[in-house]
Amino acid sequence: MPDSIVDDKVYATARQPIRHDSAIKHVTGGAVYIDDMREPVGTLHLAPGWCRTYAKARLDALDLTEVRAVPGVVAVLTKDDVPGINDVSSSFGDDPMLADGEVLFWGQVVFCVVATTREAARKAARLARFEVVPGTPLVTVADALAADSHIMPEYRFGRGDVAKSLKDTQRRLSGQIAVGGQEHFYLEGQVAMAVPGEDGDMTVYSSTQHPTEVQHTVAKVLGVTEASVTVETRRMGGGFGGKESQANQWAALAALAARVTGRPCKMRLDRDDDMIMTGKRHDQVASFDVAYDGEGRILAVDLDFASRCGYSADLSLGVNDRTMFHADNAYFYPNVSIRSQRLKTNTCSNTAFRGFGGPHGVIAAERIIDSIAISIGLDPLEVRKRNFYGPGRDVTPYGQKVEDNILAELVGELEASSNYWKRRTAVRSFNAKSRILKKGLALTPVKFGISFTLIHLNQAGALVHVYTDGSVHLNHGGTEMGQGLFLKVAQVVAEEFGLPIDQVKITATNTAKVPNTAPTAASSGSDLNGMAAQAACREIKARLVDFVSMEYGTPADKIDFRDSQVIIGNGAVPFREIVKKAFIARIQLSAAGYYRTPKIHWNRDKAEGRPFLYFAYGAACAEVTVDTMTGEMKVDRVDILHDCGKSLNPAIDIGQIEGGFVQGMGWLTTEELVFDGQGRLRTHAPSTYKIPTASDVPEEFVTKLFDSPGNREETIFRSKAVGEPPLMLPACVFSAVLDAVASLKPGVIPPLDAPATPEAIMKAVHATRRGGV
Amino acid sequence: MHDVTLTINGERRTVALDARTTLLDALRDHLGLTGTKKGCDHGQCGACTILVDGRRINACLTLAVMHDGDTVTTVEGLGTPDDLHPMQAAFVAHDGFQCGYCTPGQIMSAVGMVGEVAKGWPSHASASLNGKPELTEAEIAERMSGNLCRCSAYPNIVAAISAAAKDTEASS
Repeated sequence: MPDSIVDDKVYATARQPIRHDSAIKHVTGGAVYIDDMREPVGTLHLAPGWCRTYAKARLDALDLTEVRAVPGVVAVLTKDDVPGINDVSSSFGDDPMLADGEVLFWGQVVFCVVATTREAARKAARLARFEVVPGTPLVTVADALAADSHIMPEYRFGRGDVAKSLKDTQRRLSGQIAVGGQEHFYLEGQVAMAVPGEDGDMTVYSSTQHPTEVQHTVAKVLGVTEASVTVETRRMGGGFGGKESQANQWAALAALAARVTGRPCKMRLDRDDDMIMTGKRHDQVASFDVAYDGEGRILAVDLDFASRCGYSADLSLGVNDRTMFHADNAYFYPNVSIRSQRLKTNTCSNTAFRGFGGPHGVIAAERIIDSIAISIGLDPLEVRKRNFYGPGRDVTPYGQKVEDNILAELVGELEASSNYWKRRTAVRSFNAKSRILKKGLALTPVKFGISFTLIHLNQAGALVHVYTDGSVHLNHGGTEMGQGLFLKVAQVVAEEFGLPIDQVKITATNTAKVPNTAPTAASSGSDLNGMAAQAACREIKARLVDFVSMEYGTPADKIDFRDSQVIIGNGAVPFREIVKKAFIARIQLSAAGYYRTPKIHWNRDKAEGRPFLYFAYGAACAEVTVDTMTGEMKVDRVDILHDCGKSLNPAIDIGQIEGGFVQGMGWLTTEELVFDGQGRLRTHAPSTYKIPTASDVPEEFVTKLFDSPGNREETIFRSKAVGEPPLMLPACVFSAVLDAVASLKPGVIPPLDAPATPEAIMKAVHATRRGGV
Repeated sequence: MHDVTLTINGERRTVALDARTTLLDALRDHLGLTGTKKGCDHGQCGACTILVDGRRINACLTLAVMHDGDTVTTVEGLGTPDDLHPMQAAFVAHDGFQCGYCTPGQIMSAVGMVGEVAKGWPSHASASLNGKPELTEAEIAERMSGNLCRCSAYPNIVAAISAAAKDTEASS
């Protein structure tokens, strides 16, 4: 691999800003989500029943007499109705679909009503009588630490003698930051419809990022083979990680109801139930102890994360590992120890959420940098740049070498285009004159590792058929949740065959077409499925080239596919004619493509290897104004420069970057999950849980793609993954708030926690004025 | 059960409904119009926004029987794939969506909102309570803040509305 590659080839379809394939359907209401599908005659509706009084209790008896008596109720399901295994977990076996003798969190499903209408089911679900013996729930990170309650063993990695470095240094600081969780609030809530077939077969339409796992879960719960279950997903109304593992339960319940009643069954969660019952982004407390030199260069870092996982393991292993993988963000730690504790609490089971734990690592790293800068009176951007990875300082705490050090260039460009230093002066003079309103400015980088850290998930399949009229049917294991994956993969296929995009038929993800797939997660959708689809196209093309070469007596290297034609030497024949001829000549026009990510390997026990194929980079600069009397905060301006390699679709990618930024900004500023002392979530509707609206978007918001020569790794058309990395760009907003508050008392590090709500800001303001405590 | 007659997207339709049926459920479950989405069922997300007698409302927060005789416009009645309403066309041109679930509500809300501005209704963001407000980006953002988009396609949504409103103004 050369140090840099330059791939400036102009493509007809790839790299073009083509509009979303469902655009017209979206604006006319024609896009069909699961709840929009015409229900088969006799469809029944499900509603979950749960104990509304306790987060932790022993379940001694359950009286469902009144539930069953409600007109319209056809069946009431409990754990005793499960013919297979009563578990909907991804791998750890600790997620009962229906509670088994105990209630482990407020919102755990104990039974499920199946009725002729949704209203009847919901009404009946509230009429159960529980006989319970309540226990004391563990709710917070502090509760779990005090009780030594862990969902899995802690994990740590690092290098060097951290204790000695910390002891020997002249400059040392320590701190702690609590970073909140986040509700996914996909606009389309959890939903599934199951339709029973013959021989115990089951077809499930599920709003899931992971149709294969839903298939496996349904088979496990029903006690049938995986081959008996087909799962289809056309599109989701948002996923964001919340439908990676946590779509399983609702699909499995619908399937069980369909099995028990023999009728089609639909489960659509009410919004409050959805927010109460499903897991969220983890919340974590990060504690750090850092040694640094007089220039602000880090010498050693001892970093500890305590993470609230909830009542079961779910995806917490991978999520918290990724926190550790990103605890360096973009900075070289010569001596480092990173520890992660995964805590078991009586709260919903926290799960994947865009960034998958990485954002917590990034926020911890940025707080370390900000703390050093404030302590020695340097500009935080200067300290950031001094700590960047670079030649000779390029090995991460987990042993992977950073090979493409483009961050210095990228940040330099943003520093200039955002006018950072001029605005720094302006902010300083504003703050000197303004007593109540204080401005803050920050420019933060992102380096995000691309690949599933669970190595076996880095594989994908695709199925491509060419029909005799020259149209193409495309199917692959990736799912569409608005990120434009279906379009991007269709662009790859259109490019390969030299066809216009509308000749490629996009079809619903279906486990019967492409089996054993990975979730659409880890930003890997287009990397994996794009390559798999390309492999399928190339197999068909190779057969066509052989055929054309024989038929026309033209060497293979003089045959090409473009402009809906097959170029044969100096001539050209329409693609559809060649395809028709090939069919007559008995050439197979269908292929299954397969891809597995090269180069990656990871030994978790030894904490060594190369978990990521490459890194995606970006940087953003934010200016904020904080009212130090009320804690109100306004984002005045944001500049973003993001690296998509050679973007597969610049229009889609800019949407991902802007959307990811605003969503991440919500996590860090307005979105606050509040559990009361009894473990009840008090913020279970958008009335109390504040996600960003149009008016929260920064007034000045400039997003640009980094002019990349292309991914140095051989990814699909040299693009880079874009789903998650931008979510961490708004670390600059959080740091800018810190910068504004820090201006109140130079040298004092404000103890600002996330989200930086007005309340959190006021706490930090008061503490800063008191000298930091 | 009550007979409710509505003029929906130009067509007069009568349905027998339980008095407690929301207008949203009437549209989706009884009239087969699933373009209007159910996001929160609480009037807090805006996904179910429709026009009733030309004004935008959350269809989940009103009962169908309250609208006997009213004229209802849903996203299906605004324009068709072959003949898009200018607001729909602007959302396509500006990529004003990602997952698309909030889009019908955004579009219906935007159409209603532009009408409110034309009538001179001020908002929290308006400089003055008198005279016709200028439809700046800040005005659009404020007036559309009842329509959540979790994908946060807001910059494109605002751009689409701004462009459509300008076109409407230029042609009127």
